[in-house]
Order: sequence, then C-alpha cells, then structure tokens
Amino acid sequence: MEKIAFQKIYTKISKITKATCSLIAENAGYEELALIHKRLAQVVKIIDKEVTLQVFAGTEGIPTNAEVIFLGRPPSLRIGPDLEGRFLNAYGDPIDGGPELTGIETEIGGPSVNPVRREQPSQLIATGISGIDLNNTLVTGQKIPFFADPDQPYNQIMAMLALRTQADKIILGGMGLSHDDYLFFKNTFENAGALERIIAFINTTEDPPVERLMVPDMALTAAEYYATKFNQKVMVLLTDMTLYADVLSIVSNRMEQIPSKDSMPGSLYSDLAKIYEKAVQFPDGGSITIIAVTTLSGGDITHAIPDNTGYITEGQLFLRRDTDVGKVVIDPFRSLSRLKQLVIGKQTREDHSQVMNTAIRLFADAANAKTKQENGFDLTEYDDRTLRFAFDYTEKLLAIDENLAINDMLDTGWELFAAHFSKSEVGIRENLLEKYWPNGKENEKVNINTESDS
Amino acid sequence: MASTGKVRGIIANLVIVETNETVAQNEICMILHREERLMAEVIKINGSNIFVQVFESTRGLKVGSTVEFTGKMLEVALGPGILSRNYDGLQNNLDSMEGVFLKRGNYTAPLDESKEWEFIPLAEDGQEVMAGDWLGEVKENQIVHKIMVPFSFEGTYKVESIVSKGSYKINDCIATLNNGSVSSLTVTMVQKWPVKIPLRSYRNKPRPFKILETGVRVIDTLNPIAEGGTGFIPGPFGCGKTVLQHAISKQAEADIVVVAACGERANEVVEIFKEFPELEDPRTGYKLLERTTIIANTSNMPVAAREASVYTAMTLAEYYRNMGLKVLLLADSTSRWAQALREMSNRMEELPGQDAFPVDLPVIISNFYSRAGFVELNNGESGSITFIGTVSPAGGNLKEPVTEGTKKIARCFYALSQQRSDSKRYPAVDPIDSYSKYTEYEEVIAYFKENVSDSWLDMVSFTKDILIKGREAQEQINILGDDGVPVHHHVLFWKSEVIDFVILQQDAFDPIDQMTPMERQKYMLEKVLNIVKMNFNFENFEEVGSYFRKMINSLKQINYSEFKSDPFHKYESELESIINEKKVA
Repeated sequence: MEKIAFQKIYTKISKITKATCSLIAENAGYEELALIHKRLAQVVKIIDKEVTLQVFAGTEGIPTNAEVIFLGRPPSLRIGPDLEGRFLNAYGDPIDGGPELTGIETEIGGPSVNPVRREQPSQLIATGISGIDLNNTLVTGQKIPFFADPDQPYNQIMAMLALRTQADKIILGGMGLSHDDYLFFKNTFENAGALERIIAFINTTEDPPVERLMVPDMALTAAEYYATKFNQKVMVLLTDMTLYADVLSIVSNRMEQIPSKDSMPGSLYSDLAKIYEKAVQFPDGGSITIIAVTTLSGGDITHAIPDNTGYITEGQLFLRRDTDVGKVVIDPFRSLSRLKQLVIGKQTREDHSQVMNTAIRLFADAANAKTKQENGFDLTEYDDRTLRFAFDYTEKLLAIDENLAINDMLDTGWELFAAHFSKSEVGIRENLLEKYWPNGKENEKVNINTESDS
Repeated sequence: MASTGKVRGIIANLVIVETNETVAQNEICMILHREERLMAEVIKINGSNIFVQVFESTRGLKVGSTVEFTGKMLEVALGPGILSRNYDGLQNNLDSMEGVFLKRGNYTAPLDESKEWEFIPLAEDGQEVMAGDWLGEVKENQIVHKIMVPFSFEGTYKVESIVSKGSYKINDCIATLNNGSVSSLTVTMVQKWPVKIPLRSYRNKPRPFKILETGVRVIDTLNPIAEGGTGFIPGPFGCGKTVLQHAISKQAEADIVVVAACGERANEVVEIFKEFPELEDPRTGYKLLERTTIIANTSNMPVAAREASVYTAMTLAEYYRNMGLKVLLLADSTSRWAQALREMSNRMEELPGQDAFPVDLPVIISNFYSRAGFVELNNGESGSITFIGTVSPAGGNLKEPVTEGTKKIARCFYALSQQRSDSKRYPAVDPIDSYSKYTEYEEVIAYFKENVSDSWLDMVSFTKDILIKGREAQEQINILGDDGVPVHHHVLFWKSEVIDFVILQQDAFDPIDQMTPMERQKYMLEKVLNIVKMNFNFENFEEVGSYFRKMINSLKQINYSEFKSDPFHKYESELESIINEKKVA
C-alpha cells in the first residue's frame, strides 16, 4: 500500500481511546498520516513529544506494542487521467477490482481560491426538471443541497440530474451510503454508458464511519484537477452530508471537545464551508458545481446541520411528496436557488421570471384556499379555480419525473394560466401577455365571472 | 531585540510556543515552517507556555519550529490608496497575490509604495499639532484624503518643517515634528495602528442627532438609523440579509463604505467585486468602487483571520472618520466572527457559556459596536462611523447569544421575518418587531421637525399603529372566516396591506424603486396615509380585496416611475379615479 523505507518504526503506545492512540514520537507533522497496526491514522494533536493519532478504522484490537510508521505526508490522492471511470474508497484506493492509480500524489483539502480570482457563476445548468429549471434555476459554480427526509428518493434524483446535465465529469462522494445504493449508482452510470465521465469515492455503511471524513476532500481534489487542468465543467455529488456531519460530532466528542447546538462541534460551520466553498467558476472556463444531500429529521431545518448548511449554500431544494397527485415534487415555497437571477431572462426566454413568479403566486393562493377548505369555510369560485390550477401545475411542472426543455416549461405555464384564469387575474406585464398568451384560449367562464365582479 | 521561541504543541490552529523571553498579550509572531512564515497572534500566556492562534492552516507543522515574535500587535497600514482595494482580513492586498489559489504565508503589501500622490500642505511651520491633526491632503479617487499626525504621538508637537505642494510617495518624509525633545520626528503619509485599540484622536463624541439616509423605505421611514449610529440585521438564511446590506452599501448617503465580508459566501463577495466597478453612486455619479473598500474573509478562509477582519475593517473606518468623513461600515456576518471566537475558546478548554460561546462574548460585541459614533475632531470638523452588522441566528432563533448580545448594544434592530420572506415581501424587515431607538432622541426629533416636517414622527407612529391593527384584523379574519367579521375588518386589513405593498416592500433590483430619497418617502407616506384615513363604501367583503388590489397596483406603478415624471403623474391621476370610485365624501 505505501512505500516504507528508512522510516523509524515506533512500538510503544502510551494511550488508547475508542478513536485515538497516543505515543512518544519525534518529528511528526500536524495532519500527517501514519500507519498503526496496518491501519491508517492521522496526527490530530502534538504536545511536546506526545503525538495523538486519530485511527480512521477505529482502535479495536490495537495492542500497546503495535507498529507505528509515520508516512511524512498528509492524506492525498493520486491524480491523473486514469481516475476516469474509477470507483475508489475514502483513501482513494480502487474498490472496483481495477489497477492501482498511477497519478501524481496530491494533498487533499488544499488551499482556497482567492476570492478576487473567482468569476461570477453565469452558465445555466439544464436538468429537465421544472421544479429546478423553471423555479430554481441552477448555475455552474453553484453549491446547493437537497433537503430531504430519509425516505425520499434523493439518490435517484441526484443520479438522474447528474446524467442529464451534460457535465464533463461527474464525481460522486458517497458517505455512509448503503451497499445497495452504491450498487444503484454504479449500475445507473454503467447503463447510461457514462462510466468514463464518472469518478466515485465511496464510503458505505460497511466501512468504518470515520473514514468518510476524507470523502468530500477526495472528491473535490479530483474535481479541482479536471476543472483547472482541463477547464472542464465538473459536477460533484455529495450524499449524504448529514451522515458526514454526524461523524464530525462523534470525533469531536471523542476528542473531549465541548459540544455546541445539537451536540455538533462548534466548528461545524467552518467544517462545512470548507467543503461547499470549493464550488467555483474559474476564470478559464472550468467550474465545480456541488449538489449535495442533507437528510432531515422530520423536516426540521432548524437542526444544526441543515441550519448551518443553509447559511453556506446558495439555496436549497426541498423534496416533498404531494398527496394530491401522488408524486414527489420540488417544493416551490421552501426551495430557493440564490443564483437563479444570474441566468433567468438572460440565458432563458424573456418571460421566464414573470411565468415563474405568477405560477408560484397562484399556487400560494391555492394553498390559502386549501387551508380555508380544511377549516370548513366556503370557497369562492376563484378559490376553486386556483385549486384546479394547483393540481395541474403540480402534475405537469412540479413533479420530478418530467423531462422538459425550458421553453416547453414556459409554454406549459402559459397554457395552465389560460386554462384557469383571465388575463387580468394573472397580472403579467402587457407586452408579454400579447406575445405568449395562447390564442383564443382565455377561459370563457372566467371572463364572465370577472365581468360580473366589477 | 524581539523575542523568539519554539513550537511545543499543535492542536488545529492553536499552537503552544515555549519561550522565557518577553511576550505581550495579542502580540503577533511568525512561525517558521520550512520556507513559509505563518502569522499568529498570542491569545493566552501561562508561564513559559504561550498560546497563539495561527492565521493559516497548520498542516505539516512540527514541534521545535522556531517562532519569532514581532513586538507588535496586529496592525494595519493607514495611508492613501486604501480605497477601491480588496483586502483579506489581515489587510493583505488580494489582487496582488499570484495564482488562482491562496498560498499559505503569502503576505502582500496593503498600499502601493511606488505611487506618487499630489500632496497639498495644510499645516504651517511652527504650528502646534497633536495626534490626528491634519498636516496636508492628497486626492484619493474623489475623496480628499487627509494626512494626519500619527495617532501614536502623545502630547503636542510643533511643526518643524513641512514639504511644499508636490508629488510624493507614501514613504517620503512630508513633515518633521518636535515636542521639545532633542531629536525631531519625521512623518510620512503612511502610519500603522493596532486594530484592537480604538482610535480616539477626537475632541468628543456627542449623541447622534441626524439621520443617515439609506434609500430603503422600511429603514428611513419606519426605523431610521442615525449618522454615527449602530444597527443590526438578524435573520434566518434565505431572508435577504445580504441583499439588504448590499442595497444599503450601494445607496447610503456616505462618503466612504467599508464592507467586511466576514465568513460568508465567496460568490457574494464576487458579486461586489464585479458590480461595484460598474455601478454609480446615486448621489455623486462616481463609480461605487471609488468610495468602497472590501475586507474579504470568506467562510473557507482561515478562521482566526475572520476575527481579525472585523477589527481591520473598523480601524480603516476610524481612519477615514478622522478625515471628517461620513463612513458606513457593514459587517456580514458578525455571527461568523463569534463562531471563530467559540472555536478558539473551545480549543483552549475555557469554561463555556451559553451554546458553548465564550462567556465574555456580549462584552466583546459591545466594545466593538461602541467604536462606531459621531465625533467632533480637534479642529472642529466632524466625522462619523455608522455601523450595521448582520447576525445569523442558529435555527432562526433570536434567543441565542449573538443576537441577544448584540441587542444590548445596537440601537436599531431590523428583524428579518421568515414569514415575510416566504411570501416574497422584500425587504423582509418585520415592521412591528423592528425598532430604532433614535426616534426617541430629542436631537433626532428636532432634526426631523426641521428637515422633514413637524408631524413626521407622528405620521410614522400612526403608520405603525395601522400595521398592528391590520395584523389583528387579519388574525380575526383567519379565525372567524371572511364573512364572519364585519366588512370594516377587511377594510382595515387592506389599508395595512396598502402600507405594506407601497411603503414597506421595495424592489431591490428595480433601477428606480430600489432607492427612494427622503423627499419622495415623505411624499409617498403622505399619499398613502391620506388613503388610510379615507372612508370607503363597500357592499360586501368580496369587493374590498379586488378594489384595494387595483389601488395597490396603481400605487406600485407610481413607485416604479421616476419621481414627478409624466408617467408618475399619469398613474397618480389613475389612482385618483380609483379612489373616487368608492370614496365616501
């Protein structure tokens, strides 16, 4: 696994906890890797000659006379063209039965991009999903998580999204993935014939949990290689960041740190920001886009993990099961893409922003009508129409199983407006109404009603 | 001779240094690691063990490395050339760094040492001066930049000589001063000052008495901030804290704007980098960038430098204030700074306070906010720092230590409401929960009487009453149903909606609506309150909503039109006819 020559071997361990071993050693560097009892470990604390190692695979069975060898380097990945199509573990070693990597040994978790060298993200990413493209348009260089309950099909959506987006590379960082989900990703990518675009770093629930702390850095180091060396558009998928953060709290607990909110370490914000902020648009055209999954517990977004994530990422996509149409939808109220205004109406049709806002406003009217209905109040005729609109809108646009071009989404929007409302009710700018309102389709019943209103 | 020591312990970015030589609290030291020099600050001294926080990653660092103490606290360089710069939290010039990625231990000069400035002397030979007095001036962008007697000089000095008008570099001697001792002191255009010590070279600090216009109606009209005042904006994520702060930074009536992007998203800073060179200051017509300095310590940059960044920004603001300028300082977000303090306190194994924050957090926040203010300088001129910070409360819960600590000191409170944001009512400042203590200041009341109108503050409190009544009416309607309440409840609710849509809501992306001068704010508030005071005749509740919707639409068109232009008047007469439809004479 590692070349071990002319290195001093230590054999006297003074302290062992569940996660760490300490020993007297010289010349160890901070964050340096070591092999202890043939397990990989990392220096997390040095006081004088006492070095504390965090053992990724746990300390079970390590004797006080175990062999310790320092490797003289921090965690790294062998970077090179032979990464393509490979499935690797959290250490960057192959798990697909293929040959060892031969690239240049590169430190993971490297430095940040100088903010003045960043470009403003500006390239639209088309996913075919209206809940995203129409309402929460994504842009290259963006970082955005799905907020989803554990029972929702977020991994399927991520895989579909990655394949549809025409990214040059898709890098999957799987943390605490079930073995079944790992195989799902592998098969989906294989069946799509997209394997050469894929690189995966996988930590399954069968692997030691602490190992998964390296997965995001591994994935992003590979992403930086393709985005800076070849100016490629790289899409990084991180699933599930909640399981990543859970391990942060386990480690900090074992290191006897004082926990802050929800027993998470006080550094959670910085820890997550270091990962998400790797999303970037480089000046030479390359980009790293991060789509992550943060599973929620009972939809609670005030928990420290989603809360800190929301402060870092550029929006969030909420998955919700709509009971009226029986499909999973992207919730238009709670979802947000902060970068959408950089491309809406600029790289998409001029009516994009108006169609999006009007549809959501009418959908909100429907939600109010529904509340009224549930509280046993009478519905007005307008309320009834908003409810019918909401049903169609959910089925045709919000459901994630549709695959449409953005112009088709906009046209569908106009058709739904015309089917349920009058021109004056949608309140869209005059010149757009003239241009896009479907001819002769104004709901007659609607017309009569508005006349009688005034 | 500066002290030296050796590294004896490393825990993340907390390093323990051993030395028996003299070391001061908050002194800066350099840790030598191979060819790199890593900057660090002393945060605790325990016998021969010196605890330092490193402003960089400590990866690879080894015990035994040499540490050189500098004998100085963290300082910034003050001189012409600060404006339009993009600095990191330690005042390194980000633009002069090479490469796309930041390199550890790469420190760049904050000021251009080779640039020549046209210096005009203001002081004369033989004149008596003291720290902060103006010796001369240069033109920096459009600002008259005063060259001052170094703030570190104590007592009074006589100007022994001062150079004549001409071009000089920042390190050239421009004057010599003498305080009666044997040797005289030379003064250049640049001086250094430790960021954690407030600059106090002014005569006194009166209470703020006038308003700083921001062009944001929900601030200026309802909860105005005073020039030299303090305010804060807490709000959960996605409520538009940053959009609101950016709007203020673009529009506020300030000579200088210092923006500290403290532990927030890099792409948001990039937005400022890209926009400010293009956008114009609505008051002067010059590019916004010319009056702006950005301190960027984004969330992925080293945590310890995050704390330094807000102090660096404050010190730069104090420097410009001493030139008699109106400075606006914005920090987004002070919670990230507090979190940096928490991380360090935690590593030092201090006993934690609430939510594991350090116990002295409220004191640290208070001391920082207290550095803002309106001051009278020694020469009778005045300058000010108005400070607005954002707070990112964990889980959106305002009962957390940073929000509570800030509430004790900041005089304006702009609460962003999740509910308003969800219904896309931007800026999502809650008009009822928010407050400005300045409207209670006698000085400010007098200012409004003189500069806006006698009845202005009464109108504002009347507006707030209507908003509260409207909210109550809405609750009643929700409980009892549309037809379960009398029609006038609906009218009351919709009158508050008129205020909400026309005064409170403002489109930050519309070229006209985004910025409303005070004159226009007064005009519109009067117009809206006239409507609120009118009586209308409705047959049933269903008429009410559609009628007021029409009225709001017409009022919004007025907001979108240039003040008193033709379209403006056209929509005004349209509004008149709508009013006349239902108005009871």
